[in-house]
Parts: sequence; C-alpha cells; structure tokens
Amino acid sequence: MDRLALDVAHLFAGGLVLVSFMLLYQDRMTGLVNTFALHALVVSLSVAWQAHIQHAPHLYITAAIALVVKAIVIPFALHRIIVRLGIHRTIETVVGIGQTMLAGIGLVALSIMVMLPIAAKAGTLAQQDLAFALSVLLLGLLMMISRRNAVSQVIGFMSIENGLILAATGAKGMPLVVEISVAFSILIALIVIGVFLFRIRERFDTVDIHALHEYRGEQP
Amino acid sequence: MLLVLALAPLFTGYVRKVKAHLLRREGPPLVQPYRELLRLLRKDVVLAHSASWVFRVAPYLIFAATWVAASLIPTFATGLVFSYAADVIAIVALLASARFMLALAGLDVGTSFGGIGSSREMLIASLAEPAMLMVVFTLSLLAGSTQLSSIAASMQEPDVGLRFSLALALIALVMVAIAENARVPVDNPATHLELTMVHEAMILEYSGRHLALIETAAFLKLLLYVSIIASVFFPWGIAVSGQGLMAYVAGVGMYVVKLAAGGFLLAVFETAIAKMRVFRVPDFLGAALMLGFLATLLLFVTLAG
Amino acid sequence: MALDALLWCIGALLATSVAAIPAARHRAGTPVVYGAALCLCVAALGIAVTSLLAGGSLQGALTLPIGLPWLGAHFRLDALAAFFLAVVNLGGATASLFGMGYGRHEETPGRVLPFFPAFLAGMNLVVLADDAFTFLLTWEFMSLSSWALVMAHHRRTGNAAAGYLYLVMASFGTLALLLAFGLLAGPAGGYAFEAIRSAPPAAGVAAVVLALALIGAGSKAGLVPLHVWLPLAHPAAPSHVSALMSGVMTKVAVYGFVRIVFDLLGAPTWWAGALVALLGSVTAVMGVLHALMEHDLKRLLAYHTVENIGIIFIGLGLALAFEANEMRAAAALALTAALFHVFNHSVFKSLLFFGAGAVLTATGERDMEQLGGLIHRMPLTAFAFLVGSAAISALPPFNGFVSEWLTFQAILASPALPQWLLKFLVPAIGALLALSAALAAACFVKAFGVTFLGRPRSEAARNAAETDRWSLATMFVLAALCLIAGILPGYFIDALAPVTQALAGAHLPRQGELDWLTIVPVAQSRSSYNGLLLFLIIALAAGLGAEAIHRWASGALRRSAPWDCGFPDSSPATQYTAGSFSQPIRRVFGAVVFRAREEVRMPPPGDLRAAQMHVQLRDVLWDTFYVPIAGIVSYVADRLNKVQFLSIRVYLTLVFGALVALLMVLAVWQ
Repeated sequence: MDRLALDVAHLFAGGLVLVSFMLLYQDRMTGLVNTFALHALVVSLSVAWQAHIQHAPHLYITAAIALVVKAIVIPFALHRIIVRLGIHRTIETVVGIGQTMLAGIGLVALSIMVMLPIAAKAGTLAQQDLAFALSVLLLGLLMMISRRNAVSQVIGFMSIENGLILAATGAKGMPLVVEISVAFSILIALIVIGVFLFRIRERFDTVDIHALHEYRGEQP
Repeated sequence: MLLVLALAPLFTGYVRKVKAHLLRREGPPLVQPYRELLRLLRKDVVLAHSASWVFRVAPYLIFAATWVAASLIPTFATGLVFSYAADVIAIVALLASARFMLALAGLDVGTSFGGIGSSREMLIASLAEPAMLMVVFTLSLLAGSTQLSSIAASMQEPDVGLRFSLALALIALVMVAIAENARVPVDNPATHLELTMVHEAMILEYSGRHLALIETAAFLKLLLYVSIIASVFFPWGIAVSGQGLMAYVAGVGMYVVKLAAGGFLLAVFETAIAKMRVFRVPDFLGAALMLGFLATLLLFVTLAG
Repeated sequence: MALDALLWCIGALLATSVAAIPAARHRAGTPVVYGAALCLCVAALGIAVTSLLAGGSLQGALTLPIGLPWLGAHFRLDALAAFFLAVVNLGGATASLFGMGYGRHEETPGRVLPFFPAFLAGMNLVVLADDAFTFLLTWEFMSLSSWALVMAHHRRTGNAAAGYLYLVMASFGTLALLLAFGLLAGPAGGYAFEAIRSAPPAAGVAAVVLALALIGAGSKAGLVPLHVWLPLAHPAAPSHVSALMSGVMTKVAVYGFVRIVFDLLGAPTWWAGALVALLGSVTAVMGVLHALMEHDLKRLLAYHTVENIGIIFIGLGLALAFEANEMRAAAALALTAALFHVFNHSVFKSLLFFGAGAVLTATGERDMEQLGGLIHRMPLTAFAFLVGSAAISALPPFNGFVSEWLTFQAILASPALPQWLLKFLVPAIGALLALSAALAAACFVKAFGVTFLGRPRSEAARNAAETDRWSLATMFVLAALCLIAGILPGYFIDALAPVTQALAGAHLPRQGELDWLTIVPVAQSRSSYNGLLLFLIIALAAGLGAEAIHRWASGALRRSAPWDCGFPDSSPATQYTAGSFSQPIRRVFGAVVFRAREEVRMPPPGDLRAAQMHVQLRDVLWDTFYVPIAGIVSYVADRLNKVQFLSIRVYLTLVFGALVALLMVLAVWQ
C-alpha cells in the first residue's frame, strides 16, 4: 500500500510535467487557458494526495486554495480578459512548436542530471519527483521566453509557481502562513498585471511585446 | 490468426455504429463491413492503362503483411503459433512494408491524387514510426525482452507498478495509433474531399477484389493497434499458453470486452475532436515522439540493465 | 598460402590494368578486360571466404622486399581482413560483370579501362596491408585511381570541380592518417602493425590518434562534416565505378577506422564510443534528409550512402562504449550489427547504382523529373531496383532489416552502461536512428515511384529500352543475395564470429543450428527473429488469399482510363514530381536543416506566363566550414603569390638566408 501511495504521488508529479508540455504545445489562447486550468487541477490533486499520505491536514487547505483560485477563478478571469482584448485566436511563438518541445526535453534531461547527485540518498522516486518539479519550473520559464504574447507569459509565470508548490509539498510541506502569503501575492500580481495589460492595450492597440520595442525606439 | 481476420470488419462496424449513435443517427448495421467486402470481392477490377504489376500485386502483399503482423499480437493468449519468429520491432517493420507497397501503389497510376496521398503518408510515417519505436523501446526495457508475449506476461507482474514511463508510452502509442490508422484528427476515414485525404487518396484508383483486400488490411491494422494497447497496457485475462481450453475461452471473452471498450473510446474521441490541418500533424506526431523519447530516457536513467 | 594466392591475384589485376592501355583501342578490349577482372575478383572472393570460414589455418603474414629498405612491405590475412576482402571482391566481381554490358556504351574506354583493375587492386591491397607505409601508399593509390575514374568524363559540367574537390579531401584525409600513424609509431619509429600493437600509446596520445583516424577514415567514408565531396564525386564517375566507390571504397575506409581504433589502439575509452556514435547518428539523419531533397538519381544514392555509413558508425561507437566497460557480449553484438550492415550496404547500394546506370544508359537522363513509367519499358530493371529499395528501407524479409534489428538490440542492451552521459546519449541516438530509418523508406518510395512508376514525363522516358543481359544478370544476382542474407542471416552471423572474437574478445552464440534458422543474438527469452519463417508465412498468406479469391470470388479484370476523380485525360505533367513528393518533409525539417526557402513568383493577372516556384536549399555545413576555410586559404595564397614575381637578386638572398639559418641551427643544437 505504501508502494502504491508513492507511485500515485510520482504519477501526479509526472502528470504535471506532461501538462507543462501540453502548455508548450498549445497555439490558441483559449486552449492555453484551459490547459492552465488543468495544470492547476493536477497540482491541487497532487497536494491533496500528499495531505492524505503525510497525514498533514493543513495541506488540504493548500489544495483547496490552489483549486479554487488557480483552477477556477483565474482561468475564468483570463477568459474574460482574452475576449475583451480580442486575442482569442493564434499566439505567435518566437520559435516553432517542434523546437520548443525539443528544448523542453533537453530541460527535463538537465533537471534529471542536476537532481541525481543531490537527492541520491532519498531513493529513486524522490529523486525523480524533485527532478520533475525542477522541470516544471524550467518549462514554465521556457514558455515565458518563447512567447510574444503578454497573457501567455503570465500563464507561464503562474505555472512556475505550481512547480514550486509541487516541490515544497513533496518534501514534507511548508507552513500554511507561507502558502497563504504566496497565494495572495500571486493574486495581487495578477490584478496589477491585468490592469497594466489594459493600459498597454488602450495605448498601443496591441499586447505584442515586440511592438513595445519599436515604440521605445529600439530595433525589434 | 483466423480470429483477428474474423473480428476486424466487425470492430470497424462497431466503431461506425457508436459514432452514428453519438451523432443521434441510427447508423449502418454492425455486419455492414462484411457485406461491403463481399460485394467488392465479386466485382470486376477496373485497371487504369498506366497501372503496372506493382499495382496488381500490392493489395495481396499489403493484406498478407498486415494479417501476419496482426496474428503475432497475443490477443487472448501468449505464446501463440510462431510468435518467436518476429518481435515487436519486426511487427513495426511489417507494417512499414505494407505502407511502402501502398505508397508505391499510390504513385503507380500517375495521377496527382495518388501523389498527394503517398507524400503525406510518408511524412506521417516518418514521424509516427520513430515514435512507435520509442514506445517499443520503453516496453522492451521494462520487460527485458522484445517479444510481445514476454512483454504482455511481464506487465502482469505486480512489481511493475504505475510507472510514469508507462503512462507516457500509452499516450504516445495512442497518438501514433490515431495517425497510423488514418483516424480523426489526422485523417478523416469517411471523407469524400480529395484534398483532405491521406489514406483514401492512395487507394483512389483501386476497385473490386483489390479494394476489398486493402480495406480488410485497414480493418486489420486498426484491430492490431487496439489489440497492442489492450494486451500490453491492460493485460488482465490473457491466458498463458498451455493453460487449457477454458483459459483460452476466458481469454477470448476478455479480449472482446477490451475491444468493445477501446472501440467506444475511439468513437467518442473521434466525434469530440475536429480534424487538424495537415501541417499541424507533424507537431502532433512530434509531440508523440517527444513523449516516447522522454519515457525511454527516464527508463534508461533509472534502470540498471 | 592463401595470402600468396591473393597477392598473385592482385598482381594479375595490376597486369591487366597495364594491358588495358593498348587493349582499350580495340572493340573487343572492353569485355576482355572486364572479364579478366571478373575472374580475378571471383577467385579472390573465393579465397577470402574460405579463409574466413576456415579460421586460422589459412591465415598468415608475409613480407615482401619492396618499398622502404629497412621496412619492406608487410601483408597479413586475418579474420578482419578476410571479411573485408570478401566485401571488396564481391563488389568488384559484380561491377566487372556489370561493366561487360555497360562498358559497351562508354565513349572513351581508354580513360576508364586501365584504371578500373588498378582501383580494384588498390582496394584489395589496403585491406591486406600490415604496416603503416604500405597502408598509406595503397590508400593513396586507391584514391588516385578512383580520381582518374571520376575525371573520365571531365568535359561534362561539374565533373572537373567534383574531381578537384575529391582530390583535396582525399589528400586531407591521407594527411590525417599519416599523422595518426606517426603518433602510433612513436619515437621508436616502429611502423609495422605488429610493433604498434605491442606498444599501445598513452591515453592523451590515443585520444589524438582516435580523432585523426576519425577525420582521415571518416572523410573517405563520408562522415559529417567531411561528406561534401561524396555527392559530387560519386555520381560523376561511370555507374559501375560509382557503385564501387559508394558500396566498396567507403567500406575500405570503415576497415581503416576499425583496424586503427579496435586493433592498434588498445583499450578504448567510453567517451570515444559516445563521440563516434553521436557523429554516426548526426551523419545518418543529415544524409537521409539531403537525399530526400535530391532529384538527381545518382546524387540521391550517394547521399544515402552517407546515411548508411552513419548507421555503421553508430554500431561501431556502441561497440567501443561496451568494450570500454568490459561488456564483451554486448560489444560483440554491436560489432556484428555494424559489420553485417557493411556487407548488406555494399550489396544493395551496388544493386541500386547498377539500376541507376541501366536507367542512365536507356534514357540518357539522371534527373528523376524527366523520367517516369519506366516499369513498362524496363520491367526487369524495375524489379531489381524494387528489391534494392525494399532492402535499403529495412523491410523484412530482406537483409537491411536484419542489420537494423541487430543495431536496435544493441541499443536496447545499453542501459547497463554505467556512465551518465551515455545514459542520456544512447536513447537520443536510438531516436535519431529510428527517424533516419523512416525517412529512408520515404526517400526510396520517392526514388522508385517517380522514376519507374506513373507515366513518362519526357520523350527519353517514353522511348527507353531494357538493358543488356550482363547488367540484368548482375542486378539479379545481387537481388537474390539481398533476399538470401535476409532469410538466412544466421550463417552470416556465424561467419562474422571470428572477426568479433579477434576485435572484441567475444562472439555471438552459434546461430546455424537453431530451430528453423532463427537468430537469437542474446537469449531466446529476450529476442529472436526468423527471416525464413516470416518470408514463408507472408508468401503463404498472400498466395492463399490470391488463390481463395480467384477461385471463389471474381477473377475478372478490365482496363480503362484512370478515375482521377473524374478529370479526363490529364497530361503527365500533372503527376507528382520528386520535388513535390518531398515538399511536406522539406517544409517540416527544411527550415532548420537546410535554411530552405520557397519562393513563388506569380505573374500579374492577365499575363499568360506560367507561375514559377523556386526552392533554395543550402548545405549549412558547406557555408559554415568550407567557404570560410577556402576563403582563408585563397587570401593567404594571394599574399604569398608575391613570391613568384621577385628579382633574381632577391631569390639569391632568400637561398643565402636559408643556408645561414640552417647552419646556425646546427651550431646551436650541437
């Protein structure tokens, strides 16, 4: 039974990596937001499972916050922002999707290589869980640097935070206070970014960050 | 061997029936594919003037290669006849031979539609085959063998666990199966628009008994892929060779149940999703290749040999 | 004793080459010369095969008193040499047989006939050489005689440039090998292979020697980035010589690499294996992608040779990595896979080049875009080419599948390798190998389909006629060999056992006596393959199906115009061309690998001119490496050119200065 518990936790961690790859694969905004909702759902399920096997009830609250805020409220808000911005069609990526996914594989390999000597004493599954958490972080960063659209960069940023939650809960949890403060700071950051996005859109009629280069007088 | 041949048209008929019901239609009867094949077998073959012997021989070779490959899968029991003659890599290569002959037949008559089908099919194959081989590597590394019977038997062992690599391999295999069998979202098997065809475009000039053989081969290929997924990833109920007649009958029963479940899921998936642009298919298959590669990489890193 | 007989055969080949100079002027000279070469090659083949199968009893060494006075010329016949001799002479025999028919169409036999037996003799001598000096001398002899053959039609556009590039690359390769042997011989100066084998170099020196051997042998074999001369030079030569260069000379280069790295260098390191395997996989993918973009039939085949050399080097790299980790059984598996692929590739590449030569003679065209429908005019050639295409695409039951299967088994044995970098690298190599195999099948569907199937696209294709009996006989012999090696691979694996035993210290279990001629490389429970059974069952299934249908259903057939979705009588120009066939693949892979750009020029509405599509592909490696180097060399040469135009007084000053400098060096050094 213990073995099964660890296997399920491992499966959730791997599933999160898979959903991060799905985020990289999307080329439409609506699909991207829905996949992000799935990302947050997997994180909340993973945290709930950790709460179950570690017998740490405060993690249930973390899971609930992740589910409500990130899997329901934020995607709903993003859908409305997207429709109002009128960008619910294609995203432009800086490099092709194939190359982005190839780079993603390289990042996963890199995370495995980094984590192996560090977590050597903890056993294979724990090593891989940490490696997966680092991969989710790196994949989120990859998403931020390979997209031109500001909204998709925000989503990449939030997926990085999901990776951090995975790492933290996997290693026997963090105190609730830290979790609440982190969650609220993310929410506030999102509100601020949303406000700025609207201002940018009003001013320049686009949220393509390359256009901002031109307005600054720099070469794109 | 005869079991797969008998079940293949029935499986396709079942999938079509479920799709029709999902679209709130009554749909053709379950045995309609059998009737289509019999009708085609009795008709004359009409050959174009520019068709060569390759065009006439190809259907027989395609049928034979696909039938042999389908017979090698441990559908209801392991250790079936001559299963040591070919392992999973050989099965993949047999399907590649069938595809090679089909692509050549598409180019044979010298019309542009055959060319469209052949060139797109080879593009899809050039990405689907490596993805399939990566899945094969994952399974072989876990089972310590490339024999499909051994793989199925080792998947029943309790210490395999819910490995993440297996999940990745399953997803990659499903994506490859959709691409190879010309299903939505890669290719529409029921289309009549030539520019959306891949498989249908290659067989545009075929008629009569040749077309019947190629259709049977397509049915067998779909059955083959669903059987691989069923026997490797859901191996419960497969009889081990030599267990006696009751075990075999139970194995056949379980196999039919697994086929029914697989067919239902396929129909739901096809109805729920739209067909992709042709140049989105390499992204799709590239993702399958990446997933397969990731699964193999993880196993390489964690296994000692 | 066997060695003596071989040396006599080679001497006879050299004599034939000299005799061919006057014989070329007569009409009967061509078949006589090729016939003599054929007999000698068959004799040498027989000796080599008996020596390989009989084991040590027929092997030996010999020293002739020619060459350097204190060294002599050493020759040795051991298991590795016997295997490669078999490959070389099989290629030579088939090329000579093909030449008997093909050579009749040669306009200038005087430029081809004297060099052909010399080329064969040179290749045989390289394989037999047992000391560094003889090896390098015979290597250069082989290069020069093949260069002469490349320049045989030097007035055709592009051939002169191809010959020049070939000469530069061959000299560069020989320079690298010279340095490698110099390092191996060491300060003691023992050039005989015996002496080198008994004194393995230190680790740093060994690394440099490996790199030099990779550059030297790799440039002749066609490893990326040294492959650029291959697609220019191989097609420029007459077709049977192209077959020899692609199918056999590249294998002699592989022999050179194997001899230096596996035999003379001592214990390998694991990173050497990783490097070789990585280079091999990159070569394989680049080769096949370039082949897919070509529409010249012979250039396509030459690029494809590059791909197969990549596959061979993947096997060799894995063998090195296994051997470095003392995993001898797995090393034997990888080495057997690589060497079997050496044999297979020489067989089916020769077959394909002969087919291309037959097409060239029949239509005068190498460009696939002008061909089509040849299966109706040249049915036998088409059948043989089809067998070759199926074999090279690694389809069962032919031989290409068996060697690829063995390579995959070697990759599956790799998780046992302890080094972390290998653990990450080998799955990537496996993925690249699988990708290149799938793309190769696409390439040959294109090559066979556009050339032989469909409808004729030009007058030349409409009026083609079947080739002569000699060419057909050669092609059918090779096609039969493809099938036999695929159905009965166990015997070939057993024949390779002494070679792997000598090089890797282990060999695969005896295959010949297993049930039904299955091959089991590692263990029955792990994997097995039975080519004969598969072939019989497929034939049986197809036959039963055909019989059942013709008896109980309809067997009627009638001819009519093609359906073509109801378009009446479309012209042959609407068929898919080679460029259009590979367009999807070009679009997916091309932007990164070739910087492919498509440009469509549409005339304005109302203008009746045709629209044009221009596709531009650039070889990235050519632009990155060769163009800058050529630029630098050109610049330096321009600067140094001033030395040509000095006055006599300045020249005398230079001579005086050099003399004074040498005397000063002598004074100081004492």
